Amino acid sequence: MNNRISFSRIRESRLFWVLTAWAVILGFNALFVPEFFRIGIQDGHLYGNLIDVLNNGAPLMLVAIGMTLVIATGGVDLSVGAVMAISAAMGAVLINPAPGDKLVSNEILTRNATNTPLAIIVIATLAAGTLCGLWNGLLVSRAKIQPLVATLILMVAGRGIAQLISNGQIITIYYTPYFWFGNGYILGLPVSIYIVAAVAILAWVGVRKTPIGLFIEAVGLNPKATYYSGISAKNIQLLAYTFSGFCSALAGLILSSYVHSADGNNNGLNYELDAILAVVMGGTMLSGGRFSLLASVLGAIVIWTFTLSMYALGVPANALLAGRAVLVLLVILLYSDRRLIKRRSKNNQAAVQSQDEKPSLPHP
Amino acid sequence: MTQRLKLSVLRHGPLLTTITIFLLAYIIGAQLYPAMQRPQAFFNLFINNGFLLILGIGMTFVILTGGIDLSVGGVLALTTAASAALLNLGVSPLVVMPLMLVMGTMIGLGLGSLIHFFKVQPFIVTLMGLFFARGLAYIISLTSVTITDPLYKYLALTPIYLPFFAKAYIYIPTLVGPALLVVAVYLAYFTRFGRIVYAIGNNEQSAALMGFPVGRTKVLVYAFSGFCSALAGIVFSISLLAGYGQFATGVELDVIAAVVMGGTLLTGGVGNVIGTLFGILIEATIISILQYNGTLSSWWTRICVGVLTLIFIGIQSGFALRKKKS
Repeated sequence: MNNRISFSRIRESRLFWVLTAWAVILGFNALFVPEFFRIGIQDGHLYGNLIDVLNNGAPLMLVAIGMTLVIATGGVDLSVGAVMAISAAMGAVLINPAPGDKLVSNEILTRNATNTPLAIIVIATLAAGTLCGLWNGLLVSRAKIQPLVATLILMVAGRGIAQLISNGQIITIYYTPYFWFGNGYILGLPVSIYIVAAVAILAWVGVRKTPIGLFIEAVGLNPKATYYSGISAKNIQLLAYTFSGFCSALAGLILSSYVHSADGNNNGLNYELDAILAVVMGGTMLSGGRFSLLASVLGAIVIWTFTLSMYALGVPANALLAGRAVLVLLVILLYSDRRLIKRRSKNNQAAVQSQDEKPSLPHP
Repeated sequence: MTQRLKLSVLRHGPLLTTITIFLLAYIIGAQLYPAMQRPQAFFNLFINNGFLLILGIGMTFVILTGGIDLSVGGVLALTTAASAALLNLGVSPLVVMPLMLVMGTMIGLGLGSLIHFFKVQPFIVTLMGLFFARGLAYIISLTSVTITDPLYKYLALTPIYLPFFAKAYIYIPTLVGPALLVVAVYLAYFTRFGRIVYAIGNNEQSAALMGFPVGRTKVLVYAFSGFCSALAGIVFSISLLAGYGQFATGVELDVIAAVVMGGTLLTGGVGNVIGTLFGILIEATIISILQYNGTLSSWWTRICVGVLTLIFIGIQSGFALRKKKS
């Protein structure tokens, strides 16, 4: 009995399913693509598929951190991909300004130079994304629009805004210091992973060492009760969406720096879906409530491990979409199955206690 | 009398606003660009956006039940890719079209069952459906496949000249959207199914307590949306004579925006398919104004659609507040 309890406690842990999924994928790789685990040293930094998982997955991890807080308040942020595109376009346009109808001339483009100091570029990029988050937060908390719809608006319009900023062009970036965020290394590890760690620690301290985390969970579980206990649900929501915007902006910065370009249509495409998947995999219920930042980050790592192992197997990038869909389906079934079993056992207990008094709702 | 009039204005307010805005947009466009005054310009709205109308009809029913279907674009793309691949294998189009409709319905049925039996939120299940369908389309072909089937070509290229209007024409697939609209109006207002859809959207628990087959209806609504997506895919592949997994990216948002503009509440229970028609016409008008202008870039469409959605949500909540007060 004791064993059983401890096992169920492990199973109830938010990290259990994520780690299981990761272990399954890594085990699969160990059998079929052993070169996946090879890590070498080149030019004084590590390289290999596992390092790529960290570096390529960094934007998704950041977005997932922001998304976790939003989902924990009972909302959802569909605009993350568009916000990434906006902030990437912002950064690119400050380096190579393309005002009005003018096309960016080759002469400005190929110069390894910038029209704006790097610090201002970074600040402007982050500010643009944070502003988008603030806008979402205002729509949700003040205008009382459903989160799904409020963020859908920015999801539609955001890509348009990104193209407006970059004048509809795919701006290629030639300014080398900008590449540091996505391609640089500190002590042999990618810079992006340090950024993720910094944001994760900041968020963790914010939600676990202050009451904010508790407030977020409370808003997600029962907004009315939260309101009666004197917590400003509005400001908590505003904070969560703004933070999500900030994380997306940072992700957009890293992504555009990694791919050396800003493309309003394709930067951060499908990130909203991946981020929700990462958060759900991390055991945060979509209805809000308890959350775990670490589990969400691990969820993002699992998604990228899966993606890169499929690349290693030679599956084309686009065909992977179906694979990821199957992954979502599995996660959905795992969680809902647990709930079904629980409900069934509860129903059985109730049936034993009160034989036929319960009003019988039509039930699957 | 005035009280009744006031109530009916409040009830139909969002729809009336939508129609007014459409007329205003079209008249302004016609004033700015005389080319839009020709009747053909109006019929072009249907020719170019027929697939949006078909998607919108399916989506309206889903949203009326309080759900959402993000998989429409994916199923559409999958239909185009699959039918192009099958036609190139030499399968008769008379087999391909029903097969595609069955496929779309099955996908919708599957998604609906997941939503109902596993009690998962609709948006995450249909998001998965979107991924899955687009992924399958890419597995079928990574590039655009041209359709050379004679029947498809005939359907795509034969104009039907309309009576009453000189030199105004439409194509055969253009008729599918309006025909489906008639079916949808019948479904929504004159059948048990339609009543139950509205009942579920208003209050699922009450509907269940009244003995309505809530589960069956919910699953059927998603199946209908899948059917509409496949139908839209067929129309789309006929009009472009090609199949590709990347067709109609982001179309789900345009469709949802059109449904919202049509006065359907995203919480379910309130709205109608006629409104969706006008929502789509507004989007189509914006697109054609931008096209006639020529200097404004295509991304303004997206920004306009976003802003309009926001305005309409504002209008809706305004009417809802008034209704509560009166």
